[in-house]
Amino acid sequence: MSLNNDDVKKIAHLARLALTEQESKDFAGSLSRILGLIEQMNAVDTAGIEPMAHPSDAALRLREDVVKEKDQRDAFQEIAPATEAGLYLVPRVLE
Amino acid sequence: MSYHQKTITKISADLQAGKVSSVELTQSFLDRIEKFKELNAFITVDPDFALDQAKAADANIKKGKSSALTGCPVAHKDIFCTDGLLTTCGSKILSNFVAPYDATVIKKFKTAGSVTLGKTNMDEFAMGSSNETSYYGVVKNPWDQDKVPGGSSGGSAAAVAARLAPAATGTDTGGSIRQPAALTGITGIKPSYGRVSRYGMIAFASSLDQGGIMTQTADDAALLLREMAGFDERDSTSVDQAVPDYVATLNDNLKGLKIGLPEEYFGEGLDNEVASVVEAALAEYKKLGAETVPISLPNSNLAVPCYYVLAPAEASSNLSRFDGVRYGLRAKEYTNLDDMYEKTRAEGFGAEVKRRIMIGAYALSAGYYDAYYLKAQQLRRMIADDFTEAFKKCDVIMGPVTPTTAFKIGDKTDDPVAMYLNDIYTIPVNLAGLPGMSIPAGFDKVGMPVGLHVIGQYFNEAKLLNVAHQYQQVTDWHQQIPPGFE
Repeated sequence: MSLNNDDVKKIAHLARLALTEQESKDFAGSLSRILGLIEQMNAVDTAGIEPMAHPSDAALRLREDVVKEKDQRDAFQEIAPATEAGLYLVPRVLE
Repeated sequence: MSYHQKTITKISADLQAGKVSSVELTQSFLDRIEKFKELNAFITVDPDFALDQAKAADANIKKGKSSALTGCPVAHKDIFCTDGLLTTCGSKILSNFVAPYDATVIKKFKTAGSVTLGKTNMDEFAMGSSNETSYYGVVKNPWDQDKVPGGSSGGSAAAVAARLAPAATGTDTGGSIRQPAALTGITGIKPSYGRVSRYGMIAFASSLDQGGIMTQTADDAALLLREMAGFDERDSTSVDQAVPDYVATLNDNLKGLKIGLPEEYFGEGLDNEVASVVEAALAEYKKLGAETVPISLPNSNLAVPCYYVLAPAEASSNLSRFDGVRYGLRAKEYTNLDDMYEKTRAEGFGAEVKRRIMIGAYALSAGYYDAYYLKAQQLRRMIADDFTEAFKKCDVIMGPVTPTTAFKIGDKTDDPVAMYLNDIYTIPVNLAGLPGMSIPAGFDKVGMPVGLHVIGQYFNEAKLLNVAHQYQQVTDWHQQIPPGFE
C-alpha cells in the first residue's frame, strides 16, 4: 500500500498533527515503506485464529467502591498551561 | 578499587559496614557524570536532590533502619515520573513537565532508601533503537563514541557501561532494555509482562511495555529486581503473584539445563562475528552441564511487521493525551481548539513519534482495522503459541540479542525500516510477554560488545538470573570497562 500526500494529510488530521507541505511529502515516502514492511503479514493465513490483545488475557480486576485518592487538584493544575478557578482553559469552542 | 568499579552488591555491603557513606558515594558518581558529560547519558542531574537523599540514607544506616539498597545510587530512565524532578520522556512536549507524583518503581526505590542520581536520556517516548530520536540529543556509546548505544534506554545503558551509575532502570517495549544492554556490554533484564508496575511509567504501547533493570552483573539485577517487582493495584495489568527471592537461587546448579536454540535466530541476517560469540557462550554453558536442543519459532520472522501495527496503534491512542491542555507544552499561537491541538503536537513531537502515531491512526481507521490491527493480533497469538510449543522441549531459549554490534551514529536515521529490523530477535519476546535478558558475552573484532539473549518462561525471572549468574562466575565479559572509563 502506497500513501500519497493527501492520504498523509488526512491521517495527520485524524491524529491532530499539523504538517507542512514538505513534511507530508516526506512522510508519504517513509510511511509507505513501513506499510510495505507491515504487509509481509499477508504471507500467513490467520483465518480462525483468536486475536491476542494482551499477554495475560486477564479480565480487568474489580475493587471495592471506596474513595482512596485524596484531592490533588491544586498540585495537578499547577503544571497546566492555563487554568482559572479550578478549571482548565482552552480556546472558546461555543460562540 | 574505586567505587565506580564496584557492583551494587559490593557497594551495599560497604555502606552497611560503614566503610563508605552514601554522600561520598553519591558525590563520586556525580563527579563522574560531570566529567563524562560528553556521552550525553543524562537529561537531568540535580546534585542537591541526590545529596539530600544520600544524607537521609546515611542517617538511617546509622540508626540501623536500613535495607540492602539504602544509600545505593541508581539512575532512572526519564520515562519514570519523579515528584520534584523533570520527567521529559525524551520529548520536547514534556520539556517543562515536573510530575506531581512518583511512579511506583521510583516509590519502591525511595522506600528502600536508594539515591536518585539523575534521569537518563532515551529515544523520544521510547520510540527508537539508537537513542537518536531524543529531543535532548544522541547518546554516545562509551566503547566507541562515533557509535550509538542502542535504544530506547540508551542513556541508562551508556551510564552503566561507563560506570557513571552502578545501575539504572530501563523499559522494554520491543527490546529497549536488552538491545542497548547488548550494544554497551552490560546486563539487562526485561521481566515478564505484569511483573513490574507500569504506574507512572509514561505509556508507549501498554500491552507490551515493561520496566526492568540494567546493571553490571546478574546478582545486581537479582537484588534490584527483587525491590522493583510486585503487584500494584494502581496498574490494572499488574500480576498478583508473590515475588521470589531472586538472589537465593543465583547459585543453583545448571546440570541438565535444556537450552533451546531457535533455528530462525541463527539464519540469514545474523552477523558472523556475533554468531561466533554466541556459539562460544553456548560452549561455556555446555561446560556448566547444560545441553542444547534445536527448536523452532516458525512465525518469528513476522514479529517485526506485527509489532509495527500493534505498538503504533497503542501509541496513537496513548499519546493523544498530549494535547497542551493539562500539562506539558502548549503552542504559542493558534486560532481555535483544533488548531491548538495540531500545532502543539506538531511542535512538541519529533519525526519518529509522528510517524508512529500516523501508522497507528491509519491501522485503526475505518476500513483498515481488520486488515491491519486484527490481523496483527492474530499473528501475535501465533508467535506466542510458538514459544509455548518450544518451551515443551527446553527450560530457556538462547540466541543473539541483535543481528549486529553497535552501528555508527547517523547510519540508519534515514531508513526507519532498517532501524526497526534491529529488534528482530527481541520483539517476539514482548509480543508473547515473556521475560528476556541480555548478558555480555564477548566482543567483535573492532572491540564492540556482543550480548547473549536468554529468554525464559512466564514469571521465571529467577531462572534467567540464575543462568546469567552462573555464566558470569566462569567468564569476565561483564567486568570489562570501556577504555578511558576505568
